[in-house]
Amino acid sequence: MAAPTQRRIIFQHIDEPGYSNDLACYVRHGGYDVLKKAVTRPPAELIDEVKKSGLRGRGGAGFPCGVKWGLVDRKSGKPIYLIVNADESEPGTFKDRYIMHQDPHQLIEGTMISCFANNVKQAYIYIRGEMPHGARILEKAIAEARAAGFVGKNILGTTYSCDIFVHRGAGAYICGEETGLIESLEGKRANPRIKPPYFPAVLGLYQCPTIVNNVETLCHVKHIVEFGGDAFTKIGTPNNTGTRIFCVSGHVQRPGYYEFEAGKITMGQLLHEVCGGPLPGRTFKAVIPGGSSAKILRFGERFKGKRKVGAEMVDYDWGVEDVPMDFDSLGMIGTMGGSGGVIVMDDTVNMVEALANINAFYSHESCGQCTPCREGSLWMKKITTRMVHGQARSEDAALLKSVADQIPGRTICAFGEACSWPTQSFIAKFGDEFKHYPETKKTAKPAGAPELV
Amino acid sequence: MNLKPTTLTQIDEVITHYPTKRSATLPLLHLIQEDVGYIPEGAIEWIATKLELEPINVYEVVTFYPMFRQKPIGRRHIKVCRTLSCALLGGYKTCEQFEKEFNTHRGEVSPDGEVTVDFVECLASCGTAPVVLIDDDLHEKVDCAKAKQLSAQIKAEAKKR
Ligand SMILES: Cc1cc2nc3c(=O)[nH]c(=O)nc-3n(C[C@H](O)[C@H](O)[C@H](O)COP(=O)(O)O)c2cc1C
Ligand code: SF4
Ligand code: FES
Repeated sequence: MAAPTQRRIIFQHIDEPGYSNDLACYVRHGGYDVLKKAVTRPPAELIDEVKKSGLRGRGGAGFPCGVKWGLVDRKSGKPIYLIVNADESEPGTFKDRYIMHQDPHQLIEGTMISCFANNVKQAYIYIRGEMPHGARILEKAIAEARAAGFVGKNILGTTYSCDIFVHRGAGAYICGEETGLIESLEGKRANPRIKPPYFPAVLGLYQCPTIVNNVETLCHVKHIVEFGGDAFTKIGTPNNTGTRIFCVSGHVQRPGYYEFEAGKITMGQLLHEVCGGPLPGRTFKAVIPGGSSAKILRFGERFKGKRKVGAEMVDYDWGVEDVPMDFDSLGMIGTMGGSGGVIVMDDTVNMVEALANINAFYSHESCGQCTPCREGSLWMKKITTRMVHGQARSEDAALLKSVADQIPGRTICAFGEACSWPTQSFIAKFGDEFKHYPETKKTAKPAGAPELV
Repeated sequence: MNLKPTTLTQIDEVITHYPTKRSATLPLLHLIQEDVGYIPEGAIEWIATKLELEPINVYEVVTFYPMFRQKPIGRRHIKVCRTLSCALLGGYKTCEQFEKEFNTHRGEVSPDGEVTVDFVECLASCGTAPVVLIDDDLHEKVDCAKAKQLSAQIKAEAKKR
């Protein structure tokens, strides 16, 4: 079956010749018209539109945005904050970068609509430290929007005021986790907070109710308010509404970002047709579908079960290529859609070495508060690195699994799961490769095999 | 610590962005590092006084975040992405090429003082791997040939000084 065509809503103007990131260009393309209409409507109506839209967060967890907004404590009398999570640091993910650099006003408009809907008076954009140009572009865009009355005091002549400031991170992945982010914004180490009681919706920034949403999620809000929540549900598939931006990297002919209606494209269509298939003379071996924390899929494995289609339960029997790229389908086969980062590995890649690369990342990025995560991620890194650069033993697979199995469910934040899932899934899917690694090491590597650790 | 007047103005402005002074810790560290090149001795106490904190509150932040450094580095900072998508397309070779070009090792200042080469984790540009951040600028699809070319540019600029 031929792949559907892209449906560019969020990325409509990305890479468009002649489209620039200044206010004049944005306004020429109808920019801020949605905000103008939004501020004439009751805020509760806007929240309703978002609830009706079924929008799920694009930062990783896929949590329904309307539900999140519904949890905000509005009775405490404390100010409500909104934080734009622009930390974009899940390996394999590169979508927010392009929105912020090329179309910053789309984010600002979505943010201001969300702030108005939730009676937020102060918003912060937390952008990762390694995007200094992005931070400057956003600051300039906010200043332009402020001068034009879209941000700041008495927005568009109303009595509503709300400002946005840009806050830069400094190279720590854990700042993407929402409570780590909040600590960081308070000027501290980004040590995540324990939930309960520190749910951001109740006890967030400065112990005030706080909404944390991903950049792409907030851009979607703009389009939801424009189309209407019900109309938005017509895009995508039930429970997976709107579009998804897939960030494809690794071993394909045409890596890059592609926006499709959620659930309307399969992994096979995405990788073979859209991305041009494997590199010449290679075959696909494995793919991580939703950022490096998502569990890996092995080409050739099959997934069987029953799923709901409309009102009926039907059998499915899928290869990796057949899986529709949406939160629920990827969840059903034991992995996740996460942040949309699709990392592809071909037959030149040794899975022990790929895992060693990933483990080095998690070991470097653990904040260190929880012993299982700090020590576990370190040992998983040490073991896999030793396997590659020192002595490898066939019993290492079992050892790695035992370390990984002791982490999830025993930590303050979801990093514990994120760092153990790669090891668990690599060993479950490629166990033989780990067992045989001591022998494999003695043989020549395939031509073109990359160094990974 | 001698900060430029513009840095001092920016520092006073950024503190007003937050309801608590402590929130300005990261912005102040960024501003000082951009001005001085690193977080010099005395900066921690200076920030603590400025934000009405204990020095340990600032020190623990400096030591937590990888971007802050307490020692000077080379004139240019070459950060090569080490993470999976870049490594799959030759990121390790790219890094070795830079090390060779400047006769240095990762994490050290090159003998001519021109660069510090470092590995960093995913820079959120995995679709154009391998990527390299040189100071503030992202360079995409940096294979060994492009690494050589970028190194030559840096060396040529150094000669002009
Ligand atoms: C270890 C870890 C890292 C994360 N990194 C990011 C990130 O870089 N960007 C992001 O938007 N969300 C990230 N998240 C998810 C956030 O905690 C949070 O769920 C998200 O910002 C909520 O926004 P959304 O509902 O719009 O998706 C991360 C979560 C964890 C556990
Ligand atoms: S799970 Fe890891 S990253 Fe999360 S709080 Fe614990 S130590 Fe820190
Ligand atoms: S892995 Fe290098 S930019 Fe993401």
